[in-house]
Amino acid sequence: MNIVAAVRAEFSKILTVRLWWVLLIVLAGYVAFTAGILALAFGGLGDQLGAGGGDVPQIPDAALPPIIYSIASSVGYVFPVLFGTLATTAEFRHQTLTPTFLATPRRGVVLAAKFVTLAVFGGLYGIVALVASVGPGASILAATGRDTGLGDSDTWLLLARVVLVMAIWAIIGVGLGALIPSQVAAIVIVLAFTQFVEPILRLVSSFVDWAAGIGQYLPGAAGDALVGSSIFSSFSAPSAGAAMLEWWQGGLVLLAYAIAAGAIGYLTSWRRDVT
Amino acid sequence: MSTSTTLEFTGLAKSFGAVRAVDDLTFTVPPGQVTGFLGPNGAGKTTTLRMLLGLVRPTAGTATFGGTAYHALPHPLETVGTALEASSFHPGRSARNHLRGYAIAAGIPLRRVDDVLAQVGIADFADRRVGGYSLGMRQRLGLAFALLGDPGVLVLDEPVNGLDPEGIRWIRSFLKQLAGEGRTVLVSSHLLSEVQQSVDRVVIISHGRLVYEGDLAGLESGQRVIVDAPDRAALDSALRAAGATVETAPTGSATGALAVTGLSAERIGSVALAAGVALSLLAVEQTGIEKAFLELVGEEGRP
Repeated sequence: MNIVAAVRAEFSKILTVRLWWVLLIVLAGYVAFTAGILALAFGGLGDQLGAGGGDVPQIPDAALPPIIYSIASSVGYVFPVLFGTLATTAEFRHQTLTPTFLATPRRGVVLAAKFVTLAVFGGLYGIVALVASVGPGASILAATGRDTGLGDSDTWLLLARVVLVMAIWAIIGVGLGALIPSQVAAIVIVLAFTQFVEPILRLVSSFVDWAAGIGQYLPGAAGDALVGSSIFSSFSAPSAGAAMLEWWQGGLVLLAYAIAAGAIGYLTSWRRDVT
Repeated sequence: MSTSTTLEFTGLAKSFGAVRAVDDLTFTVPPGQVTGFLGPNGAGKTTTLRMLLGLVRPTAGTATFGGTAYHALPHPLETVGTALEASSFHPGRSARNHLRGYAIAAGIPLRRVDDVLAQVGIADFADRRVGGYSLGMRQRLGLAFALLGDPGVLVLDEPVNGLDPEGIRWIRSFLKQLAGEGRTVLVSSHLLSEVQQSVDRVVIISHGRLVYEGDLAGLESGQRVIVDAPDRAALDSALRAAGATVETAPTGSATGALAVTGLSAERIGSVALAAGVALSLLAVEQTGIEKAFLELVGEEGRP
């Protein structure tokens, strides 16, 4: 009963501040732009360059739709993480933890409610991001006479896994927010890690043999494994044979990150005195 | 509104590192009265209230609502209403939506949101974002949150801060009204004069320790009488024989005169008469409640 009320309250809190749709619009624009450019590059432009003998990386036609559609998560995953982090750190920043804990004194219930709520919003972000990647992507593929893959059930399973991975990324954001109450610090860490640290680590691990086994357990790599396709892994995989987890293993690894961040956050800052 | 509840603080203590912010506090807050919780800034008032509300974990002791800790209350917002500080709002959310979120979390009917917004007089601004509110409006919104569950207990931390004179008059009569309905009202302040006219009882702390608990009249009972006579030594011994505590008045026009506690002015007069000592001065020192308060809490309590 309590948890249901707490989840409804979290929905109310999120929907009554502009952040959720502002981030969603930026996500949709960013993903649509990237997916469109990519579809043009490998679809339309690739044909002309390829015909002219240019040295363009060749991706088999059948692999194109998954790569372009999964831009939704491979590029867009930072948005649900940021959203989860902001939704949680805002409670510290604006001192709304006081009324929140007064209304729901069992703090674990509040954190669990945030997990559930942000998972739903993460899924919503995933659906919107897919519309943004499949829309322009499939149109361009179809216009250049390629298979859109939309008649294939495997493609639809991939899309479902994109929604799932975005939900888990949002939960990771909540865990990080509970772990790092300072909103500015949390944003900097999320952006630095996802945009800089992890891409470099993954790149290094794809060239260095002994690191390959470790690289596949990085959160971004695990997320890509869950989806089953990614622009990043499609470049590095053939060159150095960077190891990739099975999709369900990737999902479990990513979920483990979410639970670990949430549990550590709960045990440290979440239970601290609210002054 | 739930039935009358007594707040019970028992051996409550809180240390922040080496600092003992609250030390062995024991007092009760009865229903049907406004109790002032007084002390200078930094005396430990807010920490004490936050321990009562389960927001800060006590180092020792308990603070309960008739024996039940806050986190064990089945319907916390309907038992205790709280206004802690005027800044616990998301600036991008409207007052109405702020209250709705917590009403939903606590299972309180949403019509109460409109009720309390009207009750504190900010219904006309309910759909504006709180970021644009004045301090006085935020105080009222804080109070609206406290009233949301129609609670039997109200705990208000410095509710007068930032209110204009009209707002101060309003909150004074409002507190009286709430206590008159049988609620338990605990209101903190660092200025006695702020709450003097609206409280029935006071609990005074200083440096985290209880220094006074009781009614306002009791604060004045320690008043002194300044007395002098040409034969000061004879007067001194006569008064001491009658059981008074005699000191030398330290300052003022009556330097060197005797400051007497424990005897009324009338009694001092008759003691002097019986001893055959002619008095040259007999004056009741006008301590007043404010002075008694300052003596209890020290210089930090000065406004």
